[in-house]
Amino acid sequence: MTTSAIPAITPDLIREHGLTPDEYEKIKQLLGGREPTIAELGIFSVMWSEHCSYKSSRVHLKRLPTRSRLVVQGPGENAGIIDIGDGWACAFKIESHNHPSFIEPFQGAATGVGGILRDIFTMGARPVAVMDSLRFGPITNNVARAPSPAAVDSPSSAAKEIHKNHSLLEGVVSGIASYGNCFGVPNLGGETKFERCYSNNPLVNAFALGLVRRDQIFYARAAGEGNPVIYVGAKTGRDGIHGATMASEEFSEGSEAKRPNVQVGDPFLEKLLLEACLEAMQTGAIVGIQDMGAAGLTCSTCEMGARGGVGIEIELDRVPQRETGMTPYEIMLSESQERMLLVAQKGREDEVFRVFQKWGLDAVEVGRVTNDARMRVLEHGHVVAEIPNQALTDDAPVYNRPLKRWEPPVPREMPENIHLGRTTDLTAYLKRLLASPNICGKRWVWQQYDHMVQTNTVEGPGASDAGVIRIKGSQRGLAMALDGNGRWCYLDPRLGAMHAVAEAARNVACTGATPVGATNCLNFGNPEKPHIMWQFSQVIDGITKACEELEVPITGGNVSFYNETLGEGIYPTPVIGIVGILEDVHKAARVHFREVGHTIVLLCATEPGDITDVESEFGSSEYAKEILGTLWGYPPQLDLEKEAALQKVLIEMIQSGLVESAHDCSEGGLAVSLVESTYEKGTGLRASLDSELPAEFVLFGEDASRVVLSCDASNLPRIKQVAVQYGLSADVIGETVPEEVEIKINGQVVVSAGVSELRDVYEKALEQALRTEAEPAMAS
Amino acid sequence: MKFGVIIFPGSNCDHDAYWTIQQVAKQPVTFLWHESHELENCDAIIVPGGFAYGDYLRTGAIAKFSPVMESVKKFAESDGLVLGICNGFQILCEAGLLPGALLRNVGLKYVCKPVQVRVENAETPFTSACHQGEVLTIPIGHMEGNYFCDDATLAELRRDNRILFRYSTRDGEITEAANPNGSMENIAGVCSVGRNVLGMMPHPERSSEPELGCTEGFKVFGSLVGAMATK
Repeated sequence: MTTSAIPAITPDLIREHGLTPDEYEKIKQLLGGREPTIAELGIFSVMWSEHCSYKSSRVHLKRLPTRSRLVVQGPGENAGIIDIGDGWACAFKIESHNHPSFIEPFQGAATGVGGILRDIFTMGARPVAVMDSLRFGPITNNVARAPSPAAVDSPSSAAKEIHKNHSLLEGVVSGIASYGNCFGVPNLGGETKFERCYSNNPLVNAFALGLVRRDQIFYARAAGEGNPVIYVGAKTGRDGIHGATMASEEFSEGSEAKRPNVQVGDPFLEKLLLEACLEAMQTGAIVGIQDMGAAGLTCSTCEMGARGGVGIEIELDRVPQRETGMTPYEIMLSESQERMLLVAQKGREDEVFRVFQKWGLDAVEVGRVTNDARMRVLEHGHVVAEIPNQALTDDAPVYNRPLKRWEPPVPREMPENIHLGRTTDLTAYLKRLLASPNICGKRWVWQQYDHMVQTNTVEGPGASDAGVIRIKGSQRGLAMALDGNGRWCYLDPRLGAMHAVAEAARNVACTGATPVGATNCLNFGNPEKPHIMWQFSQVIDGITKACEELEVPITGGNVSFYNETLGEGIYPTPVIGIVGILEDVHKAARVHFREVGHTIVLLCATEPGDITDVESEFGSSEYAKEILGTLWGYPPQLDLEKEAALQKVLIEMIQSGLVESAHDCSEGGLAVSLVESTYEKGTGLRASLDSELPAEFVLFGEDASRVVLSCDASNLPRIKQVAVQYGLSADVIGETVPEEVEIKINGQVVVSAGVSELRDVYEKALEQALRTEAEPAMAS
Repeated sequence: MKFGVIIFPGSNCDHDAYWTIQQVAKQPVTFLWHESHELENCDAIIVPGGFAYGDYLRTGAIAKFSPVMESVKKFAESDGLVLGICNGFQILCEAGLLPGALLRNVGLKYVCKPVQVRVENAETPFTSACHQGEVLTIPIGHMEGNYFCDDATLAELRRDNRILFRYSTRDGEITEAANPNGSMENIAGVCSVGRNVLGMMPHPERSSEPELGCTEGFKVFGSLVGAMATK
């Protein structure tokens, strides 16, 4: 060991590295009793960070179901892989980039996309779709606010907050657009939601999916003593050092000073890296490959070694660097983007080098595979770090943190000052809901994303419950959707999480695709707080239950803790991505009514509970939030067995061509779902409902497991027959008509408006909100 | 009759154009590498969309210096058929094969959506399968598609009927609202004096198959195939 120029390791230094005194003792023990070098301390600090080690979540994640006959690769690799037939497999995963996106929205979001894309193509899969799940604080001032522990103080601070949220939204969206568009992968949408709790802690969760031949999958595993270890892609700089550690802390006032910790992305370079990696894989000379994401060279080196049960030795002098005088500590911890580490077969290095040279990329042999299961790092031939792989991976701390049951500070029953069922014309409320940030059209967002490149997009953003792509050279297609409802998880984490899974799967089923795999991005506050850990544990239970019942295994994902600023946590927000297979992509169902004269059917797996239940559940709806300005109660009940039946029925009906359109009821309830079905063709509807409940519940209640179908009247008997077989109801509620929307309850008209009028409200709201609020600030 | 699709580092619609020609137009097609002068006896060259050389400095500014573009220039000078789509259009303008330039969209944002274009001249190798005034739905996807040229050039383009596509309404009206990026006179595509080089911002390969929701873009490829057969 060289000991030159090593700062003394003090308790302060250890704390700055996010390590506890106990963890430091464990490090010494794993190193055979000696003190770590400063480089080693840095390496342990990132590998043992929450972000890389999953130390707080691991004991809970074990409960997730991860197997099915179609799962080729479950959690533990760069991405999960599902067999989709015809010799194809798809690799997919979702990952968070919340902390960097708050500090530097454009680059934070851009590199979030870049990171998830590398996770996909490092497995040999060509990325064919991305989606994003985004959450910000409020962007309008005119809504009544849901009560939040951090109440609004003054109008000027509210304006400031809104302005900040606008700039976060602008920055994140343009960052995603800039990266994905240049890389050349279609963005099929996702979700953009707004809640107060995300004001100082926006969520940016990026999902990517790639296609790979079943027999050409690559793994991040080193093997073969003496095989060369090759570094490819961008040069290493000082950017992103300690990004993983940063993502493992709460935010404080000074967090913006951490901007230099955010990496800078170059999508052009990533595109070259994609082409070069896929081409190099074709040579057959590559043994294993892993991208350098969080914890950069450190993570790829020890994880590749650990997975293959071998060691890796690297010489830092050979690492391409774009700055001079970098220390081993900096080189090992840099999170410079667009880099990969690969192991090639000895003697065939030149085949690999030739490909990277063709694409104008650095490819340098930086080390070799050894047989001692250690990561050994040299500088000028001297060892600066030598650590058993196990110490950094399997032996990383695992915490079974204390849990404490928690009740949200909201009433569970409908407040007495809320009076419903008094108004007979609800058109104005419907319009306000259609214009509300969570429900309104997100064209302003997705129009900035290239959603058509690669010419596979059958259903793009805004047009469907789920994105649908075809697979060239096959009849098959893939559907995918992202879903999550933080507010529901706040009220009941377990039930909220079940809903996230159920809705994502239902969205996929609404296209006619069979859900086959899921990925999750779990966004939470500080896990050291027992109530946050309880929320986390409840959410895992909910996801587990729903995934088991709906038969969709979790194949990977990511946990993001410490989403807190100044001690204020976000809603517990699991986001679920689900992928489904369409046997025949030509049969994919769409959301929109196709033509006038079709019958509208409500396919339903729920039975209305008694009035107390209904009232209590209404408090979690968008109507309660937007129109009543308050929050109470619970998320709607969910019967997973019936939900599973509903999805089976949907898939069967769509595949046998019985329905013309299918759209599930979610935010804003039945009324919003009906209106959304009219937009594309301008085909209106006349619906007639019967109910003893107040009209607000009927129109805007968010009961789960309901889907609006349209069909030719001649198919009605078969639709009913299939529904009854599965124990569901399929009631005719109306028909499609030209250009107008009319909804009656018990014979009385409660909604009446033109399709184009409603569409305008829905389409223009977001842009209006951004323009109205942003202008005064921009003029200053 | 063979098509060549150029690959620059950063091209990302190269495979899409290749697929459309091979699978939809059912014509022979090959990729051409940017570093090579060799056009492999192709009868028509596609300069595809994407971000050639990262679009650093300015869109198309670096691509014009690539070896393959030297050959494309010579090819065009000897009446060879060249179609530049999106980034390809930008490159052809930079390379001097087409007049004008593509500026940043007026909205300053990337715009991806289907638009309507009116065929202004159906008597070219790129539009012969259309009729004059026909409205085609073809998607766009760009940040710099705002066509601009000086007045003299514009007058020349008009006089010689070299404006092949204009952004229009569904009914074929040329309105400001139908203009997605601020292009001068709603110009979506222009051709060379010899009518053998076309640059267009919309992506015809993105509306060439029923699975993609529209097939009207295929008329551009269909026209080309027809033109090559009679050439």
